[in-house]
Amino acid sequence: MDRRDFLKKAGATAAASATGVAAPAVFTSASAQSRAETLLIVSESGPNNLDIHGVGTNVPGYEVSWNCYDRLISHEMKTGPNGVAYYDRDKFKPELAEDMNVGKDSATFKLRRDAKFHDGTPVTAQDVKWSLDRAVSVGGFPTFQKKAGSLEKPEQFVVVDDHTVRVDFIRPDRLTIPDLAVIVPCIVNSGLVKKNAGPNDPWGLEYTKQNTAGSGAYRCTKWTPGTEVVLERNNDWKGGAQPKIPRIIWRMVPSAGNRRALLERGDADISYDLPSKDFAELKSSSRLNIVSTPYSNGIQYIGMNVKKPPFDNPKVRQAVAHALPYQKIMDAVQFGLSEPMFGAPAGAATKAEWPQPHKYNTDLAKARALLAEAGMPNGFETTISFDLGFAGVNEPLCVLVQESLALIGIKATINKVPGANWRTELNKKEMPLFTNVFSGWLDYPEYFYFWCYDGQNSVFNTMSYQNPEMDRLIAAARTSAAAGEMATYEQSVRGFVDLAYADVPRIPLFQPYVNVAMQKNVGGYQYWFHRRLDYRALTKA
Amino acid sequence: MLKVFLGRLMTTIPALIGVVAVSFLLTRVLPGDTAAYFAGPAATPQAVEEVRKSLGLDRPLPEQFSRYVADLSRGNLGNSLTTGQPVLEDLKSRLPASAELTLFGLVLSLLVAIPLGITAAVKQGSFIDHACRAVATAGVSLPVFFTGLLLVYVFYFILQISPAPLGRLDVFASAPPTVTGFYLVDSLIARDMQTFKATLAQLLLPGITLAIFSLAPIARITRASMLAVLSMEFIRTARASGLGKRTIIMTYAFRNAMLPVVTTLGMVFSFLLGANVLVEKVFAWPGVGSYAVEALIASDFAPVQGFVLAMAILYIVLNLIIDLSYRLIDPRMGATS
Repeated sequence: MDRRDFLKKAGATAAASATGVAAPAVFTSASAQSRAETLLIVSESGPNNLDIHGVGTNVPGYEVSWNCYDRLISHEMKTGPNGVAYYDRDKFKPELAEDMNVGKDSATFKLRRDAKFHDGTPVTAQDVKWSLDRAVSVGGFPTFQKKAGSLEKPEQFVVVDDHTVRVDFIRPDRLTIPDLAVIVPCIVNSGLVKKNAGPNDPWGLEYTKQNTAGSGAYRCTKWTPGTEVVLERNNDWKGGAQPKIPRIIWRMVPSAGNRRALLERGDADISYDLPSKDFAELKSSSRLNIVSTPYSNGIQYIGMNVKKPPFDNPKVRQAVAHALPYQKIMDAVQFGLSEPMFGAPAGAATKAEWPQPHKYNTDLAKARALLAEAGMPNGFETTISFDLGFAGVNEPLCVLVQESLALIGIKATINKVPGANWRTELNKKEMPLFTNVFSGWLDYPEYFYFWCYDGQNSVFNTMSYQNPEMDRLIAAARTSAAAGEMATYEQSVRGFVDLAYADVPRIPLFQPYVNVAMQKNVGGYQYWFHRRLDYRALTKA
Repeated sequence: MLKVFLGRLMTTIPALIGVVAVSFLLTRVLPGDTAAYFAGPAATPQAVEEVRKSLGLDRPLPEQFSRYVADLSRGNLGNSLTTGQPVLEDLKSRLPASAELTLFGLVLSLLVAIPLGITAAVKQGSFIDHACRAVATAGVSLPVFFTGLLLVYVFYFILQISPAPLGRLDVFASAPPTVTGFYLVDSLIARDMQTFKATLAQLLLPGITLAIFSLAPIARITRASMLAVLSMEFIRTARASGLGKRTIIMTYAFRNAMLPVVTTLGMVFSFLLGANVLVEKVFAWPGVGSYAVEALIASDFAPVQGFVLAMAILYIVLNLIIDLSYRLIDPRMGATS
């Protein structure tokens, strides 16, 4: 019996004996039935828009879209690390399509004939074209996500007949088909939305912001922004096996302590954004089921601005890479809940995959030597910046880095940037030293490198790293992947990983985990590239 | 009375104009870029620009301001980007939640603070007086989120006699039909005792948290003001004339000591309404305080402006009511002005 158990029991006994009445149940008997049929999710924040095509839809909004809309295709599942059901990057399964035929210049999709939208109208090829046109035309995030898979123009989507759609390729790109299985290319009820579209709003974004107009397994029946989302099962869903849970209630509980209390008391069924410390403690108490899966294609790193001294000198960057307190960060910040990205054995061969650990380790003598070689034996002064929106991880991390750098003479001042301002600061590309996370939906090394290391200098190339050799290797990987020349592809991937680790403009620290805490009677959790919950597979005994 | 009322109303207009201008300017000088925030984690600079354009944030400030004022005059407070709803709708649904909680907390606080303050003044230096000082000091010194979390831990987690801290109602209960927006009142109107009880149970812990916090100013002011009045000559006369102790304290002393208490009450109420954000966070309460803070974190201008405006109007109305109530409490106030 641990302390918490003891307190709980002692407290309950005291209360019962003092008042002479049993503690009232949180749920009344009338609601016991609906309790069994309902999954209660608690999380810190909720959606600001139910449609991923909307302006500035936040990440919780993606979860609604994923469960309420169908796509042409989706991914099969496989068994991932720790035995968790994990989406299979390379295997697709039909969702609204019943057949997919990928040719050299185009892919043809045959639609299911029995699929219907929530209002009962059948899903047709016209709906599919309208929806894909919408995704590439509305601008902002959805359009840019489509561009990542070379889906750029409405002309690429052709209605062959009422139940057949063809997607024409504008260039060979390995990411085109995967990009049709992400959240963005959801199929929208075009008739319903057009009816509710205004003259200034041809795509009906105002309507779909508040209403789900899809054919998916759930539909949103109530949404109180900042408070609650209620989803009901669509019993006519044709995209897969009928989901087990009839109703989902998703409540926003801003206090992490209360989310944990709700889970431990058994009132909430599932939650997935608690501090690492809480997850580590819950894991050891084994009263709940905790599933931890590494972020696919994502790492937390220390970045250095290579355009400005002193970090324009590779020796200085290597010195920093030898001075970071990697293991301390793993233990004291992450509580062991992440995948180390450092300290690969000296002789280990580089693999054609990403992410993979680098060979740097905490070695202050080596760091000092490198700093002396760079002509700065006494170190220098700099600032280390982080995003306050993720202060729970970033703040202790930066304090540890500051402490460790001080040991080799680098005096770093900590600069806390408010969440709303972080992206602006990244865009300016002026911060000398910072920590950040990047993760890509599409789990391909060249995708990550194209965003983070390529000379086009996107916002995610936070270091402003530009190197023609790097660009050449990334381009070679992309073209060889599209052409199916796997030997050249693997050689290019190994090439750019080696270059990135030799030049170290960014130093990977760890691959974070997606931690999900659920009651023992909740099952069917699946890890998806978007890292949100898929309600369709969840079960509740 | 009507003339006084209208006169006071006129003086509020410059204050309102000032609030509109200042809230607009303040949100613009805040660090942070709305467009970058809402363009999402995978946005390129072009995507950010597109979002900026669609939000109208690429236009010069004077133009943005004149649009804002024009919208205001039509009763349009703009749209919140964090909740995706019109700000007016958000405020309409959230203000009653905050007001109900604050009023409830304030009533609880009054029930304890005023008797405590009076007793402390009457029995100056006694055990009760020291207890009053201790309670008041503890009340202001304990941060509300701490008191809140502690109460949740004890009454929900350990003792299990409180419902889950999940906002205004249990997850499976439905809200009473809206008349006032106050669930306690609405459920009584609908004669739905089950909802009334559920609402009360949800209100209790956050209400107590707020009460503990607001106890101090009310109790201290009551005590100080009572002490001042009790040492006045008319009380000595009353005592000399042999009036009952109860009559002296309640009818003569307390009524005269009420003015500063009412003033403080107004201040405490408006302060709590905006400042109970931490209580709202702890209890997942869908109020205006947490709404404004979330908007502020996201550099979401419209809700912040709407919130400041709503609060300003509330302050003005409250002060007006307090000014007018002075005359009812103390007729001399009307005569001198």
